[in-house]
Amino acid sequence: MEQHAQALMGGMWQQRLPNWRDLAAVILVLALLVALGTAARQMASPWVDQAHTISLSPGALPLYALRTTVRMLIALVASLLFSVIYATIAAKSARAEMVLIPLLDVLQSVPILGYLSFTVVFFIRLFPRSALGPECAAIFAIFTSQAWNMAFSFYQSLRTVPRDLQEASSALRFSSWQRFWRLEAPFAMPGLIWNMMMSMSGGWFFVVAAEAISVGDVSYTLPGVGSYVARAITQQSLTAIGWAILAMTVTIALYDQLLFRPMVVWAEKFRVEQTALAVVPWSPVLELFRHARLLQSLGAGLRAGVDSIMRARFSPSRPAWSWRPRLPRSVVDGLWYAAILCALGYSAASLVRFAGPTLNRADLASVLSAGGLTLLRVTVLIVLATLIWVPVGVAVGLRPKLVQTVQPVAQFLAAFPANLVFPVVVVLILRLHLNARIWLSPLMILGTQWYILFNVIAGASAFPGDLREAAGCFRIRGIRWWREVMLPGIFPYYVTGAITASGGAWNASIVAETVSWGQIKLSAGGLGAYIAQMTDAGDYPRIALGIAVMSVLVIAMNRLLWRPLYRLSERRTRLD
Amino acid sequence: MDLRPSDPVLELCAVSMAFPKPSGEPLPVLAQVNISMREGEILGLLGRSGSGKSTLLRIAAGLIKPSAGEVRYHGAPLAGPSKGIAVVFQTFALFPWLTVLENVEAGLDALALPRPESRRRALAAIDLIGLDGFQSAYPRELSGGMRQRVGFARAIVTEPTALLMDEPFSALDVLTAETLRTDFLDLWTGQQLSTRAALLVTHNIEEAVLMCDRIVVLASNPAHIAAEVPVSLARPRDRLEEAFRGIVDQIYSILTSRSLESIGAQRQLRGGAALPRVSVNQISGLIEKFAAAPYDGHAELATVATQLALQSDELFPTAEALHMLAFAEIKQNALRLTAAGRIYAQSDTEARKRLFREHLLQFVPLAAHIHRVLEEREDHQAPRLRFETELEDHLTRQDAERTLRVVTGWGRYAELFSYDDRTRRFAVPV
Repeated sequence: MEQHAQALMGGMWQQRLPNWRDLAAVILVLALLVALGTAARQMASPWVDQAHTISLSPGALPLYALRTTVRMLIALVASLLFSVIYATIAAKSARAEMVLIPLLDVLQSVPILGYLSFTVVFFIRLFPRSALGPECAAIFAIFTSQAWNMAFSFYQSLRTVPRDLQEASSALRFSSWQRFWRLEAPFAMPGLIWNMMMSMSGGWFFVVAAEAISVGDVSYTLPGVGSYVARAITQQSLTAIGWAILAMTVTIALYDQLLFRPMVVWAEKFRVEQTALAVVPWSPVLELFRHARLLQSLGAGLRAGVDSIMRARFSPSRPAWSWRPRLPRSVVDGLWYAAILCALGYSAASLVRFAGPTLNRADLASVLSAGGLTLLRVTVLIVLATLIWVPVGVAVGLRPKLVQTVQPVAQFLAAFPANLVFPVVVVLILRLHLNARIWLSPLMILGTQWYILFNVIAGASAFPGDLREAAGCFRIRGIRWWREVMLPGIFPYYVTGAITASGGAWNASIVAETVSWGQIKLSAGGLGAYIAQMTDAGDYPRIALGIAVMSVLVIAMNRLLWRPLYRLSERRTRLD
Repeated sequence: MDLRPSDPVLELCAVSMAFPKPSGEPLPVLAQVNISMREGEILGLLGRSGSGKSTLLRIAAGLIKPSAGEVRYHGAPLAGPSKGIAVVFQTFALFPWLTVLENVEAGLDALALPRPESRRRALAAIDLIGLDGFQSAYPRELSGGMRQRVGFARAIVTEPTALLMDEPFSALDVLTAETLRTDFLDLWTGQQLSTRAALLVTHNIEEAVLMCDRIVVLASNPAHIAAEVPVSLARPRDRLEEAFRGIVDQIYSILTSRSLESIGAQRQLRGGAALPRVSVNQISGLIEKFAAAPYDGHAELATVATQLALQSDELFPTAEALHMLAFAEIKQNALRLTAAGRIYAQSDTEARKRLFREHLLQFVPLAAHIHRVLEEREDHQAPRLRFETELEDHLTRQDAERTLRVVTGWGRYAELFSYDDRTRRFAVPV
């Protein structure tokens, strides 16, 4: 009805009359601005360690949640800038690519809390006596959990821009700047936003872990949900933990509704596939802003401004080929290889100088055996999670109505920082006198198992209907149905989920293999526990050793298991 | 710049193109091509798929640098895409995230016009090309025909002197394509475009005769000009008119004689030439059609194409395959089944397979070669890579890949050899 009325009224001046949506939108925007401003002012204030001033009252939680959220937001913006710059350089220069892409591969295999151990001191020295130092360290931890795969996604998009659109851009003589805004950035947008959402989930985990940290004699506590939980653990207050879980749930839900939902819906228009979607994503917040009349007409001016910046040329268009004289390729390449080798040699030498004197063979042996233990845990947990969640995921995925309710829940669970729930499990272990070496293990996969679930659900719901009907026609049932019909169908999705789950489990091992409750400390052994202990003791050479071994294990698992599986799934499940 | 009417607008002078082979030597794909687009004409560039005509268009547009020779635009050498040259793409190449209006405006980005001016020109182009009312639509909301209209609007909004069209109608259905052709010709003959010369790349013979003032026929391996056919019929042209049919037939015979040449080359190169991309089903299908009434084993290709509603680029490869396998013989512009072809048409599956196997061994050197290698080896197996490398001495990587895929299909049907895609090996079937 409303649309009808609008059509009847017509006329430009009437469109500018504010409507109720304008009011709602303005309130929303103002509230966000005030909140961000408050949090930002506190971040730059002189440093007071909050270890003993963190209040366990539930009333303090909204402000703590706000501080945590703002850290997330800043890290997200930083990751975005980093990804765009790093990926663009890697995609445009073959020489840079040779270094940057393998480097990215290693960077994303380093356990995220490992970065924290090394950067805390640096950031605190950078901003002495200001809260900015620890804030930056915490933000950097979140950054490391997001930046790498966002950069990868952007790089991959830049490398796969459809050939006809590239040619059209050349034929239309876009300048580099225009080409970026007209073609490359829009094309990369859906992948980038999807990866942002994925890494956001990891981000919550690490922001909680990074708010109360001690590395050797350096320790700090930043006001936030993470330090609230840390305080609750030392005070042995299960009630406070319950409040923290509630606060986090609300925060994540709000974040999703106010930030990611609108972004996903907005990014829809950047999809290249020229077909309509079966399920159109919908965001009430975006709808609100799209229909707020006054804001829209104000926004039109802003959009026109942004648009003309994006369409400005800044530089002449590059001709498709240039005639500038250059050194013979082989000479430049030789110099470049030499430079890379020198840098590698120098880094290796300084590593040996740094760690060599303190480390001996016994250290290596103990780290390797700890690594073996954690590897065993990750493997067993992935197998268990697979056995549980693949059947569940398929059962849900084949029922479209169920998918609509279960899928958001699974995505929410994946985003929820599982470390908030750890104390609950620890209390259970203590009360029931369970073996910590076994029962602490599931904590590693508590947060990341959901990736398997929601990817399998996605796979099963995308399973072609005609194949299911064919299977029904030929009465393929039971074990043969799984082996010949369903499992091959969801395999690529499962592999995607399992890669994320296993990577997350390695990361989580550092906080999951040693936990505490008040004065009681439980340790399950393993590489994560090793790194956590050494971080506590501030023993840098051994932290480095532990992190290096974990990175190698993760890379090995990716290269030897996941990548071949991924390639297999790609090759076997396509028809052309 | 002073231009005499006879001066070419855009000129390709002795343009050659080569890609490096695995051995490092150059593999020529275009040899010494001279084409000039003259003032006031639509020039057709006709050739089979893979004949290098799209590469030529990209060289003319400044998108690809030729390995030898040069492109002259108004007499000056071209170094990359230039103002005054616009391209219409086969796949439309619209930006999916921009509306129709924004897509057309994107054509003006390089001119850095003030906003109102670029908006005015974009709207004028949209109006001219018949897209009024669609300004705010996204490409995904449009039908194929409407999308290509946007492609045209984006090209003409820059008021180009030379318009290069890369199979602009081949992704559209028959009726839509015809409407777009007519609309374009109306604009062209009504002189509503600032364009002085147009190039139309196509594989559709009738389309070329319908639209062009002159047709350059390309032959492949490496691509060179086989013939130049002037079309001086008055517009609008009638496809059923005798003169029209005459030109179509003439081009058919040029192309069939080229087909025969390329089959000869295949024999000469002992398996080093590209095979037509035709499946066994297409071969059997055409043999059956030809054996049945009303053709009774003999018909003109142009007639068959019209009656079976086949495009010439679908019919030619199949006819070539029949000729190569000695199931039929191409003579001038007609196809006649051989005795083997007639027997094939009447046989059951087993007999067909046997016949196909014999002909494969006898007439397709590549198949015979693979068979011989497998027989000679002790384990009767050979990696696909071996044959791929051998082929890449004579063909581009893409052609080598396609040719191997074709021969794999034929060999599997004939049960001459089997192929396992997981191990990527050929073997003698058990």
